[in-house]
Amino acid sequence: MKPQSPVARPASLQLTPDGRLRHFLSIEGLPRALLEQILDTAESFANLGGPAVKKVPLLRGKTIVNLFFEASTRTRTTFELAAKRLSADVLNLNIGAAATVKGETLLDTLRNLEAMHTDMFVVRHADSGAAHFIARHAAPHVRVINAGDGRHAHPTQAMLDMFTIRRVKGAFEPLCVAIVGDILHSRVARSQIHALKTLGTGCVRVVAPRTLLPAEVETLGVEAHVDPETGLEEADVIIMLRLQRERMKGAFLPSEHEYFQRFGLTEERLRRARPDVIVMHPGPINRGVEIDSRVADGPRSVILRQVTYGIAVRMAVMSMALGTGTDAS
Amino acid sequence: MKLEVTDPLTRLHRDLEALLRLRAVSTPLVVGIHTGGAWIAARLHAGLGLEGPLGSLDISFYRDDFSRIGLNPRVRPSQLPLGIDGRHVVLVDDVIHTGRTVRAALNELFDFGRPASVMLAVLIDRGGRELPIQPDAVGARVELPRGSEIKLTGPDPLGLEILSTPNRPESR
Repeated sequence: MKPQSPVARPASLQLTPDGRLRHFLSIEGLPRALLEQILDTAESFANLGGPAVKKVPLLRGKTIVNLFFEASTRTRTTFELAAKRLSADVLNLNIGAAATVKGETLLDTLRNLEAMHTDMFVVRHADSGAAHFIARHAAPHVRVINAGDGRHAHPTQAMLDMFTIRRVKGAFEPLCVAIVGDILHSRVARSQIHALKTLGTGCVRVVAPRTLLPAEVETLGVEAHVDPETGLEEADVIIMLRLQRERMKGAFLPSEHEYFQRFGLTEERLRRARPDVIVMHPGPINRGVEIDSRVADGPRSVILRQVTYGIAVRMAVMSMALGTGTDAS
Repeated sequence: MKLEVTDPLTRLHRDLEALLRLRAVSTPLVVGIHTGGAWIAARLHAGLGLEGPLGSLDISFYRDDFSRIGLNPRVRPSQLPLGIDGRHVVLVDDVIHTGRTVRAALNELFDFGRPASVMLAVLIDRGGRELPIQPDAVGARVELPRGSEIKLTGPDPLGLEILSTPNRPESR
């Protein structure tokens, strides 16, 4: 084993000693084979859901807690459905988004939930690192999945995006993927970049106004474009990011209207990409801000397929993490 | 070590035919358990001259050792024709040992509906049952020491291989 630097720690926290998934906190540091295993496992679950059997008894008797410190409808709902289709029991805790939860309070919450013999926490939190923190302090049998932490990571979203791309396009190597929007504040973009690079995507571009591009973003192995005309050129996949309205208040952008004029995905702009391009969006979409309705509802859009696949990917991650010796005696 | 597969397959086919005649079942639904069971099921289905679709089950989502050994990374979708209600099902597997696979398959089968009856046909019975489950038609009975494994290779040609793992200590 190589000595591990502090940056490599997330992976060691996420994996069992024999390299299987324990917690799913970030894409960073996970090996390609593991990401492919998640996609393959999700493929098995995507084939379920036919007319007869949607639900399998795999996680019967397990209790999964959706621990949401930040509002979310789609992510929480798909996690809940995923758990229920695996026959687990689900507890939804929506802890007020306004309350700043301090470390001590968080740990107390954790201890109380553990005392109820729960097996998995699905954590959404406005602070970066919250899921890692919980994973480090949780009881040994408890598994943690990051459902979005601050500006840091949203790994299940990235994996459902990878699943969608693989289903539609096949191999990652020949693809050119453009991620367009608020790269600076986006945990989704960060996780997508790590996943795309790990899976060997030929070309990954980030396209945004200079104020919304992180400094030295190229060190992640991506091309940065401030001009969408070049950024979308010959793209196979376009991933639009949600423009959060609160960003307008700061110095980042002059107005929604101007953003749409410069960066909004219109049919005209779409023509710069390859004819078989697919358009993705993690949702919820802002029509007329980052994407035109004709594109969002058009034939190139796979936005609703992403939602469907999200359930299969979350089933895969949950069953993989809970399948690694949680009943160790 | 290799075992011959033609004789057991012939015997299984003959046994099953007699059983179906005895029970007056003319249109059974043959369902194979992935992977080996599905190969045997295809042979039986053709041999019995049955029409209509052949079923297959992947029981990975129904295993009782999931939380110990985790999930098989690529689970094929189970394929059963719609409406197994009231059908006479012949469940087919290559090897029966502890009976746990069959237990899982029965559970999955009943998630699809309520068959009129379920018969169990296996190519090899190697004993060692841990559950009260017995086959109705058997190709061959084989005595194997604990720790060794018998494996069907295929699908074309079919073969049987015995893999012994002598280093594994006898569990009591």
